Amino acid sequence: MRSAQNQGSGAIKKKMNGYVGFSNFPNQEHRRSIKRGFNFTLMVVGESGLGKSTLINTLFESKVYPTKETEVETPARTGVEITSVSADIQENGVRLRLSVVDTPGFGDSINNDEAWRPILENIESRFDAYLAQENRVNRSKIVDNRVNAVLYFIRPSGHGLRAIDIEFMKHLHTRVNLIPVIARADTLAGREVETFKARIMADINFHGIQIFKPVSDQFDDPETVADNKAIASKVPFAVVGSEKLVDREDGTKVRGRRYPWGVIEVENEAHNDFVSLRQMLLRTHMEELRDATDVGLYEAYRTQKLLALGHVQDNGVFREFNPRQQLEEEERLHGAKMGKLEAEMAAVFRQKVQEKEGKLKQSEEELHSRHQQMKSVLEKQRLELEEKRARIGTGMQQQNTSIDVVAAAHPGEPVQRMPSKDKKKRGFF
Amino acid sequence: MAPSAPSINSTMSSRMATARPSSYRHKSEKRGMTYNIMLVGQAGLGRRTFLNTLCERAVIASPEAPNPETANVADPMKFDTYEVAMEEEGTRISLTVIDTPGFGDGLDNTSCFKQLQDYIEAQFDEVLVEESRVKRNRRYRDHRIHVLVYFIAPTGHSLRELDIELIRRLGEYVNIIPVIGRADSFTVEELDAFRANVMRDIVYYKLPVYNFCWDETDSEALVENREIMDHIPFSVVTCDEVFDNEYGSVRIRRYPWGTIEIDDEAQCDFALLRYILLNSHIADLINYTEDMLYENYRTKKLEVGGYGENDEEEDDDEEEQALGASKKQDKSKAAAIADTDGGGDVLGKFDSGFDN
Repeated sequence: MRSAQNQGSGAIKKKMNGYVGFSNFPNQEHRRSIKRGFNFTLMVVGESGLGKSTLINTLFESKVYPTKETEVETPARTGVEITSVSADIQENGVRLRLSVVDTPGFGDSINNDEAWRPILENIESRFDAYLAQENRVNRSKIVDNRVNAVLYFIRPSGHGLRAIDIEFMKHLHTRVNLIPVIARADTLAGREVETFKARIMADINFHGIQIFKPVSDQFDDPETVADNKAIASKVPFAVVGSEKLVDREDGTKVRGRRYPWGVIEVENEAHNDFVSLRQMLLRTHMEELRDATDVGLYEAYRTQKLLALGHVQDNGVFREFNPRQQLEEEERLHGAKMGKLEAEMAAVFRQKVQEKEGKLKQSEEELHSRHQQMKSVLEKQRLELEEKRARIGTGMQQQNTSIDVVAAAHPGEPVQRMPSKDKKKRGFF
Repeated sequence: MAPSAPSINSTMSSRMATARPSSYRHKSEKRGMTYNIMLVGQAGLGRRTFLNTLCERAVIASPEAPNPETANVADPMKFDTYEVAMEEEGTRISLTVIDTPGFGDGLDNTSCFKQLQDYIEAQFDEVLVEESRVKRNRRYRDHRIHVLVYFIAPTGHSLRELDIELIRRLGEYVNIIPVIGRADSFTVEELDAFRANVMRDIVYYKLPVYNFCWDETDSEALVENREIMDHIPFSVVTCDEVFDNEYGSVRIRRYPWGTIEIDDEAQCDFALLRYILLNSHIADLINYTEDMLYENYRTKKLEVGGYGENDEEEDDDEEEQALGASKKQDKSKAAAIADTDGGGDVLGKFDSGFDN
């Protein structure tokens, strides 16, 4: 057998020639699991009287929940309680530690605004407990009581989902595997079931609620694929539960409910979807539910929580981490930063230039106006002076004229500048 | 034709007779008796189909497919009125049914009770105003609710807070008949157990549901009424299709595992309830509403200050003399009932009325 050594992806596929024996591995795993036993935590949510306890007892065919005694006095119940019941069930040597968490009081009050909150808090506290255990120094004993699936019981109204249903599912679908079931389906006749299911799925899809559905991947054989498809088409399951045995026409005893008008059989697929629910929950998809809780939901919660606490991701720990890629990334970022800085500085420069220009212009204008001002002042002064000169000029001229007259009258005599009022007198003698 | 005897239940003897009680208070044979029923209950319990089955025709059409966008926001409660004219052997009933979609469907339902109470009181107020007019309108239409059919969800355990609160608040204003909607989810034993639980709750919380035995003077009717009270709350299954066989048409509801006959009394109480609502107890319900509930309300409304029990009876007697002899006798009968210990629920009604 020649096999090339290869790291990372791109492994060579090799078909075996002879029998080596590692195909025995699943059996070893199987034996180990049987020795250890399984753990499964199921939560049931729904209004009282929808048959939650009966359905659990019917699913596991044992009295996980004792029959409720009728109380003499009915106490008024306020708020939602969380109660838990555990049972160790064994079948074919396989031990299952089943925990069922019940939520009595959900939806039974007049005001149900916050009915979902205690339930969400309980689920998250279980995640927190597991997180704390994971972080312990000694991790040999980890108790896993995280909720693996929530069965949400819908009232068989025949119309669609109610406000309380949508509110609950929207708040919880990212934390649990949500499996909606239509409770007490024996009150829905024929077509009503189909219409009701279609409306529920329309509501769920519209609000983006994720519910748990069996999906097939590439490794499944066609039979499993077909089975999964059949089950998925019946979601949400319309179920009826019963612990009592009734007689059929041919005399056999089956679990069912006897009415004056007929007998409904729990395990008859024409009557209700109990068989599909059981198949999915217990026989085929239990491991997937646990896996989805551990890998998907829990990890998402953990990441959110740690980020919220302020932890920072250190990428150097990952083996797939590529240093060259990281460097290139950093360079790119750095270049981008530089470019940004440059742009900023250019912008600042432009701004400063603009400012300076503005200022200069302003001072130019000022000077100009001052220049004008001074010019006008000078102009005014000049005019004034001219005026004065003109005045003086004319005054002088008048005097000159009078002297000339005197000079003409007495020629040869020195002209005496006489005040002008004497002119007349002069003229008379 | 004047009423011969002043008794209220004159013809309540057997199921065979469909004779109408001699209550000519609601004149106008042309229009028929005014009879108002209100249906209250959460969505999906079968109110609408109940009405359609009751009147044997599609009074309320099925709603269009609900919009997923609005599914998470419940519609507020509203009052839808439907008028049905029913006629049988020359007697007409002008039936008005008020449906209340949206009751109890939201996340927070505390305001629903007030709305209902306001509505019922508004009808009383209208009549009060009309009665006090100088010139009364002869063709006045009475909108007081004569009976409220309340649909309980078939939980199998006991009454829920919503149920208890509703009956407690409205019992002093209207006759409440509790009914189990979608009763086809119960086997016979479960139904009996649930009935016992509900009755136990009614007694424990002193809930004022309609007491069929409120009039103790008619002994024949009393026996029948006691039997009827054993069926409270009535189990109701509603009809999907009508199937014709050689005996006539049979109303059924079909399942893959069997078929229910709606009118079969062994299978559900629908036939009995229909008989009570539309046949035997119309007069009882109307009379009780008018003589007891409305008068109580009126007294409370007109009195300023405390509740003087003796004063109130005298006032009423004086007024009744003006209106008619028969009414006065009814009043004294009612007072007599109040004084005796029989009919505990009636006393309870008075108590709850005065305790507010």
